[in-house]
Amino acid sequence: MKTLEELMALRDAAKAQMTARDDSTEVTRIVVGMATCGIAAGARPVMAKFVEETAKRGLKHVTVSQTGCIGMCQYEPIAEVLVPGEEKVTYVQLTEEKVARIVADHIVNGNPVYEYTVGAVTK
Amino acid sequence: MYRAHVLICGGTGCTSSNSQKIIEAMEAEIKAKGLQDEVQVIRTGCFGLCALGPIMIVYPEGCFYSEVKVEDVPEIVEEHLLKGRMVKRLLYKETVTPSEVKGLNDTAFYKKQKRVALRNCGVINPEDINEYIAYDGYQALAKCLTEYTPEQVVNIIKDSGLRGRGGGGFPTGLKWSFTAANQADQKYVVCNADEGDPGAFMDRSVLEGDPHCIIEAMAICGYATGATEGYIYVRAEYPIAVARLQIAINQAKEMGLLGKDIFGSGFDFDLHVKLGAGAFVCGEETALMTSIEGNRGEPRPRPPYPAVKGLFGKPTTENNVETFANVPTIIRNGADWFASMGTEKSKGTKVFALGGKITNTGLVEIPMGTTLREIIEEIGGGIPNGKKFKAAQTGGPSGGCIPARLMDTPIDYDNLTAIGCMMGSGGLIVMDEDNCMVDIAKFFLDFTVDESCGKCTPCRVGTKRLREMLDKITDGKATLEDLDKLEELCHYIKDNSLCGLGQTAPNPVLATLKFFREEYVAHVVEKRCPAGVCKKLLSYSIEADKCKGCTACARKCPVGAISGSVRQPHTIDTSKCIKCGVCMDTCKFNAIIKK
Repeated sequence: MKTLEELMALRDAAKAQMTARDDSTEVTRIVVGMATCGIAAGARPVMAKFVEETAKRGLKHVTVSQTGCIGMCQYEPIAEVLVPGEEKVTYVQLTEEKVARIVADHIVNGNPVYEYTVGAVTK
Repeated sequence: MYRAHVLICGGTGCTSSNSQKIIEAMEAEIKAKGLQDEVQVIRTGCFGLCALGPIMIVYPEGCFYSEVKVEDVPEIVEEHLLKGRMVKRLLYKETVTPSEVKGLNDTAFYKKQKRVALRNCGVINPEDINEYIAYDGYQALAKCLTEYTPEQVVNIIKDSGLRGRGGGGFPTGLKWSFTAANQADQKYVVCNADEGDPGAFMDRSVLEGDPHCIIEAMAICGYATGATEGYIYVRAEYPIAVARLQIAINQAKEMGLLGKDIFGSGFDFDLHVKLGAGAFVCGEETALMTSIEGNRGEPRPRPPYPAVKGLFGKPTTENNVETFANVPTIIRNGADWFASMGTEKSKGTKVFALGGKITNTGLVEIPMGTTLREIIEEIGGGIPNGKKFKAAQTGGPSGGCIPARLMDTPIDYDNLTAIGCMMGSGGLIVMDEDNCMVDIAKFFLDFTVDESCGKCTPCRVGTKRLREMLDKITDGKATLEDLDKLEELCHYIKDNSLCGLGQTAPNPVLATLKFFREEYVAHVVEKRCPAGVCKKLLSYSIEADKCKGCTACARKCPVGAISGSVRQPHTIDTSKCIKCGVCMDTCKFNAIIKK
């Protein structure tokens, strides 16, 4: 290590590994339903994909966590995206492909993917 | 990347309540459930709330589990980590409200705290340099080496108003400037981690929870004062701290943050860890350096001060662990930021180790100027069992005490000195109505008598005579004249001892004599111990009208001092009684009284 730039690069890389411990209020939370119904419908690879995508893009202030049964078992796997200051968005019947798009469009660019939301699917 | 981080306290307090076993069980259970690539288990430093250990925090929820047992681990993994449901019964009770789970920073224990020296304790993995770097570690060193001249660094520390946290309160920047001004072929930086006061564990917690910040601060000090070598003198009784320091030093060397030509600036700095052999006097700066040199740990007269002639006869800067812990943040955030906290002459924060008769035993860091009342009643959660607060002892065997009536004094160096007390290194022992102040003074005197190195007579013989006079008082054999002699001897020892140990050894006696003279007088004149502690002045007796003659006490008495027949009131033979109190604990009818 010879320069401040090297140190800062190392800091950013290390920081990205530690977003889970970020307790600022600016954190975007992705909550995946991981009750029996969700897991049976494939929530585990979905959650793994969320973790992988956010890590790959080095997103700061984004955490992935889990919750129990939301109550719409037929629409599992379900995930909620909570961006501070915005209304909660609930995505249903998720697959790994859908997750990749949600992270790119919604988390990164701020455009919710309406066609995957509970409102669009249950209509 | 891990989605969840399980932080388990690996400080000495939680380790002794089995947190290592919990870490092992957690890792095994996570593996059994196939979560090892999703959940990371991290052993951290002290969270501060030692009374409720072992402590575990699970992120991203940030939920705080207290008093966790090995048996609870499968439930936490199954419910929380697998299914995402917090285990309510294990949550720290204050964080659970009927509607939601509160954040830790909203609880009474943490709300009034301001963590500067402890900022990374319980937050990062102390054995991983990357986590320290993620929390802005080594930036201050980089800034100093690439942007500032050594004089600028000294000036920043001067402007910040940082004062020595080891107890003396000497301005740190001024100390650095003295060493910087002396020319020599070799200079040294020494970190005093020989934390010897009974009940104090601030420095240990910093070393265990954030060892890299001490390394960074010492390198900064080295740059500012022109030293290229440093020693950390740490107690051998702190095995976890020693191990983590060594790991941290090795990691820093590997990354080139210690060694030759750091940050390409041409500045070299190397660090050594030196273990203390358990002598309290080695916490005194000259004795400490004598010990590092390989000699018997004895103080030497000052002047010459270490800044002129210190370690191996070379100019040396010596600071305490907590003082160093503040340095990197001051460099990063600026002198004004630090100076904005605290009182006029005492800037920043102070870490205290809360102990004794208090609900939340543990480690707290508060801005200077916080009152003792806030520390005890709000942060500390008050005195257990509804007892009344009597006094707080600060500064260990060199310190004094703050009585209940001065509870609203804002705590800083000058206020404490003004009331005849001292800041000390940060031990804060809380005493309630059941503590006898003469007995407390005796306890600390016992300690200094044992720890006096014997080099100078006032300390070696004086403290022993002082101890004997206190014995005379608690035995009920003293006269009022003895109290005056006691005070006179205290001043004699203070004025004539060679080093800080002797100069401060009479402080516990002087402080208790000043604030609780009536207790001394009660021992001397009435031959009575108001708190009911001093055994020689106690007598146990049985109230005849309350005694049912159940014989329980007589059967328990180890010396057969209680006699009486069944269903008849019993009596205690005071000539046989050894005042152990077993009868009082045994009696179901509160018939036994202690006077």
